[in-house]
Amino acid sequence: MPGFLKEFFNRNGTLMGSIMLGLVLFWVIGLIILPQLSMLDFSFRPNLPPPEIGGPKDVYTLENYKYLIYGPEGGSQDYNAVDLAVFYRTLVAAVLVTLFNLAFCYPIAYYLGQTKGNHIRIFALMLIIPYWINEILRAFALRIIFGETGVFNTLLVGSGIFDTPFDFIRNDVALYAGLGYAYILLMIFPIYNVIESLDHNQIEAARDLGAPWWRIHWRVVIPYAKPGISSGCTMVFMLSAGALAAPQILGGPSSLWFTQLIYQQFNDNSDWPQGAAYAIVLLVTCILLVLAVMRLFKVNMGDIGK
Amino acid sequence: MSAGVGVDLENLWIRFGDFVAVRDANVNIKGGDFFSFLGPSGCGKTTILRAVSGFLDPSEGNVLIGGNNMQGIGPNKRPTALIFQNLALFPLMKVWENITFSMEIQGASARERRKRADELLDMIALPGQGDKLPSELSGGQKQRVAIARALCAEPDVLLLDEPLSALDLKLRQHMRTELREIQQRVGITFIYITHDQGEALTMSDDIAVMRAGVIDQIGDGKTIYNDPSTAFAASFVGENNVFRGKVSKIIGNEALISTNRSGELHARISTANQGKLQVGDDAMMFIRPEALSLAPTGTQGDHYVTAQVNHEEFEGNTYNIFTEGDGGKEIKISIPNLGQSFDDHTGQPITLEYDVSNAVVVPAGELASE
Repeated sequence: MPGFLKEFFNRNGTLMGSIMLGLVLFWVIGLIILPQLSMLDFSFRPNLPPPEIGGPKDVYTLENYKYLIYGPEGGSQDYNAVDLAVFYRTLVAAVLVTLFNLAFCYPIAYYLGQTKGNHIRIFALMLIIPYWINEILRAFALRIIFGETGVFNTLLVGSGIFDTPFDFIRNDVALYAGLGYAYILLMIFPIYNVIESLDHNQIEAARDLGAPWWRIHWRVVIPYAKPGISSGCTMVFMLSAGALAAPQILGGPSSLWFTQLIYQQFNDNSDWPQGAAYAIVLLVTCILLVLAVMRLFKVNMGDIGK
Repeated sequence: MSAGVGVDLENLWIRFGDFVAVRDANVNIKGGDFFSFLGPSGCGKTTILRAVSGFLDPSEGNVLIGGNNMQGIGPNKRPTALIFQNLALFPLMKVWENITFSMEIQGASARERRKRADELLDMIALPGQGDKLPSELSGGQKQRVAIARALCAEPDVLLLDEPLSALDLKLRQHMRTELREIQQRVGITFIYITHDQGEALTMSDDIAVMRAGVIDQIGDGKTIYNDPSTAFAASFVGENNVFRGKVSKIIGNEALISTNRSGELHARISTANQGKLQVGDDAMMFIRPEALSLAPTGTQGDHYVTAQVNHEEFEGNTYNIFTEGDGGKEIKISIPNLGQSFDDHTGQPITLEYDVSNAVVVPAGELASE
């Protein structure tokens, strides 16, 4: 038995240790690794009717991945332009949602983290309570707010800024707002957590040494909050790229989200292998992107857990 | 050495809601002085420092630095640099970046900053340590880096908020000497906040003794120690024995006090209270432990005290005798250890003698709690 396991059992006792270890292993292996592995396996198999599964045609193939790049065999185009465009647009949009969220949430997190007093708890509660409402309801509520006769258009047209109602849905404003709103807590709390532990004297020291406020953030607060920022950004990016309900409900008629394609493959086309391949491509691309950005900003994997 | 820039507090009041943190403070700090605010925690000394550095606006009154009113000028624009109690070094910046942060703000090139950092590191006796992170330094080294960082901003006034309190005793005593040396070398005004009277006495040109938002006395260390103007100043700075009583007679600048349990005693009226103290006033008389000596038992007179010995202790450099005193407080007598033999007096009556010039009378007032 390796040393850390021995210590783990010594500290928690054999029974509690086994239960805790068992639960963690079940969670990691049973609920994460095995299903993902079976998805990975699916993605390399042809889509066969049930009787042929396990038969001679059931061999590993790259066909599903090729489909994303080249489209159907004998198709009119050299590349699967539609799906690739959706894929690309989804990633770009997820990056934008992440950046927008960061810009919006950092000041809130900073305020929450560095201000003392009871009103902070009320503030936090006001952020949390909307999440009691389920995702679908929230998305439809946003659809109403952003609709042709919604609050925004009533205000904009009523105040004379616009002559005719602005189509927030078709222009994806509602989608971005919906996605941004869905994940603000996941951005605020990691940053808040880190900033709360930042000694306020450091901010005062920087100020005392002549730094203007933006410089204090740039040189003192943001470097310190980096683990929280990267943790929040990673979560928001991953979840935005993988979101389904918000794009479904708030997306314009012309803008598909890549997850909607995946959903179509699984559900409408009953082509699980194809859907699995798309999902794996999305997952791997997102992970690689996150790792690349982490390297760029010199963030360690260990920092994310903070 | 330049004359330095003075700091004046004029009728300074600072309130937090109903709580008065600083009550009508008037202080003139001469340029180039090492000035200490000395008082127990919660007495308002840090509040004063924050008002001078600009982190806090006075409710009333003015802070003047070099004769200029600082009203409405933020901490980043004032010619002050603050050294925080916990130092507040930037943990993610290297030592040299920490030191030259103020130059970075002003847009100095990396090369200039490096050069200045090396100069300052030499000055604080940490040459070649610029590339370390603060976490790699010891407590005393961090302390010096914090000083260098503040000095790098070339402030006219350096403000220090109990910066030595986190250090162990030996280092603290060493840093006292070092701080004083640095102050004399750079010649700028230092304002030092402390609750440690030893620090205040050893380093300062002048000391303001504070109690509950009020400045009780301002003076140099010797004056504060030898000629306290209030009961609080007498009891807070150094050890002191208190005798309570009423003024029974005034003879010029001296007084006779009829004490509650030691009879009539003769003492000098502290300078600030001369001419003010009246016969019949409640008064307190203070005598330092080292100003008391043993006299032949039974000697009578107005500068002799007879008391029963409670216990004794040998402290190495002194031999201390504790006798029953007034109002629950013991009287302590410290006899320097010069190699003489000490008799154990526990349980016996002894007679103590003092020189009238060493006994100070002030109006009765609040004592510093221990």
